[in-house]
Amino acid sequence: MSGSGWGVTDLSVHFGDRVALDKVSLRLPAGQVRAVVGGDGAGKTTLLRVLAGAVAPGTGEVRRPDAVHIGYLPGSSGTYPDLSVTENLAFTATAYRVPPAVARERTREYLERTGLAPASDRLAGNLSGGMRQKLGVIRAMLHRPDLLVLDEPTTGVDPVSRADLWWLIARAAAQGAAVVLSTTYLDEAERASRVLLLDHGRVLVEGTPDDIIAAVPGTLHRLPARPAGDAARRAWRRATTWRLWDPDGSTGPDRITPDLQDAVTIAALAQEVSA
Amino acid sequence: MWAMIVKEFRQLRRDRRTLAMMIVLPVLLLVVFGYAASFDVTTIPTKVVGPDAAAVAAALRAPFEVVSVDPGQNRSDAVTALRDGRVPVAVVTDQAGMTVLLDGSELFTANAARRALAQTAAQSGQSGQTGQVEVLYNRDLKTSAVMVPGLAGMILLFVGTVITSLGVVRERQSGTLEQLAVMPLRPRDVFLGKIVPYFLVASLDLAIVVVAGMLLFDVPFRGSVFTLLLGSLLFLFVTLGLGVLISSVSQNQGQAIQLAMMTLLPQILLSGLIFPLRSMAAGVRWIGYLLPLTYFTQISRGVMLRGASLQSLWQPLLILAVLGAVVVTLATLRFRSFLAPSPQRTRPGAPAAPAPEPVR
Repeated sequence: MSGSGWGVTDLSVHFGDRVALDKVSLRLPAGQVRAVVGGDGAGKTTLLRVLAGAVAPGTGEVRRPDAVHIGYLPGSSGTYPDLSVTENLAFTATAYRVPPAVARERTREYLERTGLAPASDRLAGNLSGGMRQKLGVIRAMLHRPDLLVLDEPTTGVDPVSRADLWWLIARAAAQGAAVVLSTTYLDEAERASRVLLLDHGRVLVEGTPDDIIAAVPGTLHRLPARPAGDAARRAWRRATTWRLWDPDGSTGPDRITPDLQDAVTIAALAQEVSA
Repeated sequence: MWAMIVKEFRQLRRDRRTLAMMIVLPVLLLVVFGYAASFDVTTIPTKVVGPDAAAVAAALRAPFEVVSVDPGQNRSDAVTALRDGRVPVAVVTDQAGMTVLLDGSELFTANAARRALAQTAAQSGQSGQTGQVEVLYNRDLKTSAVMVPGLAGMILLFVGTVITSLGVVRERQSGTLEQLAVMPLRPRDVFLGKIVPYFLVASLDLAIVVVAGMLLFDVPFRGSVFTLLLGSLLFLFVTLGLGVLISSVSQNQGQAIQLAMMTLLPQILLSGLIFPLRSMAAGVRWIGYLLPLTYFTQISRGVMLRGASLQSLWQPLLILAVLGAVVVTLATLRFRSFLAPSPQRTRPGAPAAPAPEPVR
């Protein structure tokens, strides 16, 4: 079955009285990368766990392939700390019924490309955080899944390893997988074809990074210092300067064009203002 | 220091199982050592056979408790009754006089019977009145002969329950349990895949203990290897299931070890491995009859020391099978519950929602 049909429609999940996801929809076409972003408790992990089959949906529709065609990286790396790199991958290959020769070839290729080959006999528990994440992503995509679900694959990873991880992610998409990942790095989210912003389990905004930026209401201004009074509630620090969002829009020499990070912050602020 | 004390109490208050263990363990030890820890056997079930059986049975005094009188039976029947574990003492009356047969595999009972017979002889002043005393199966009444078969059970219990209890909880702690849940593996495959390695290791341990016991301590092996294997298989069935069950209700390895020890300790103390069940107060003896080690000890001692047949051991074998079915069913249900996705609760041990960079 083609991966173009994977995704969720009007998905809601409750944990007791707590609403984890509220009528969330997300389409996952084959060969494309979708990024899910949001703050603490936004529902990113729950959405990915539903897609991976680790959490049952409450209501709504979930379209995902059989377990054997899903690759999943949980919030932890999902690797066995007391198995070596190659032993971890061998276990996954057997569980997903990848022929041994194919598994060996893919293992060799991925380990070499991501710089893990010299550590292939090292226990996963002795790897650095970045190396472990790379191993986790390789493990998730070793069987060439139709749907690749990655929960924060690059969090806590150095820039070089992040580049390796993105090579793997792009490779999986190029091979035809529908890839969905959550990330805390909004500059990375811009590499995805489309971005879904969640807030308290609801979709705040969804679209291509350009669409999201273009849809920002009002205007954005750069200030040298935090503004006083009521405006302080609509201001945030970025690097050495401050951003101020004006929902009604205004002109001025300090007006700037927002990037995705600004757009996501403004979407959250707009939600607060309208609440 | 005060800050540390307060912190420790707060942590202890939240670790309910450790707290429970701190309260339950002293009570358990008190009960065990108060009511169960006794080597004194006060009641000895006795069978009397031969032409004068009725007269001899009438003359027997405590601690002997006559449970069967059969003038039509002979020594061979009495030996069979001892071998099959139906009674620990049999009195044979025939033309040659009276012979008291003692089951040496029941060490404390045999010793108590010998003491009682000697006392009777001393009181009557005629040693001939108590007849010949003959110890079967463990003629020298060696402690090692009795302990080694029981020890085999203890080792199976240790590997089966304690080591296995760490298996699932380790997956939970390392965050790989969720991984297993979404893999194309059936819960049954995961369950069996988890316990088979421990089963093999435990089987190897059993072989080593039995062979070492025979070579180093001259422990006999009179019965059928098949019967012992069957008993071991059923016993491992129970202990491995118990290990998985403990693992599935524990949040971390510390809790798993605590729970495993709480099941291990009563089994060692109340199964008849050390203290004879017959000498325990009735109030705690029933606990012993709920414990799988009690039945494995009966099987291993029966097979190794007495050469007991499969037919004569049907009762402990059946009880182990029933216990195994109950424990494994519970363990499988628990195991399935956290391998099957559920929106009703967060998966135990699942990583908390990650803390992303604030969006503002």
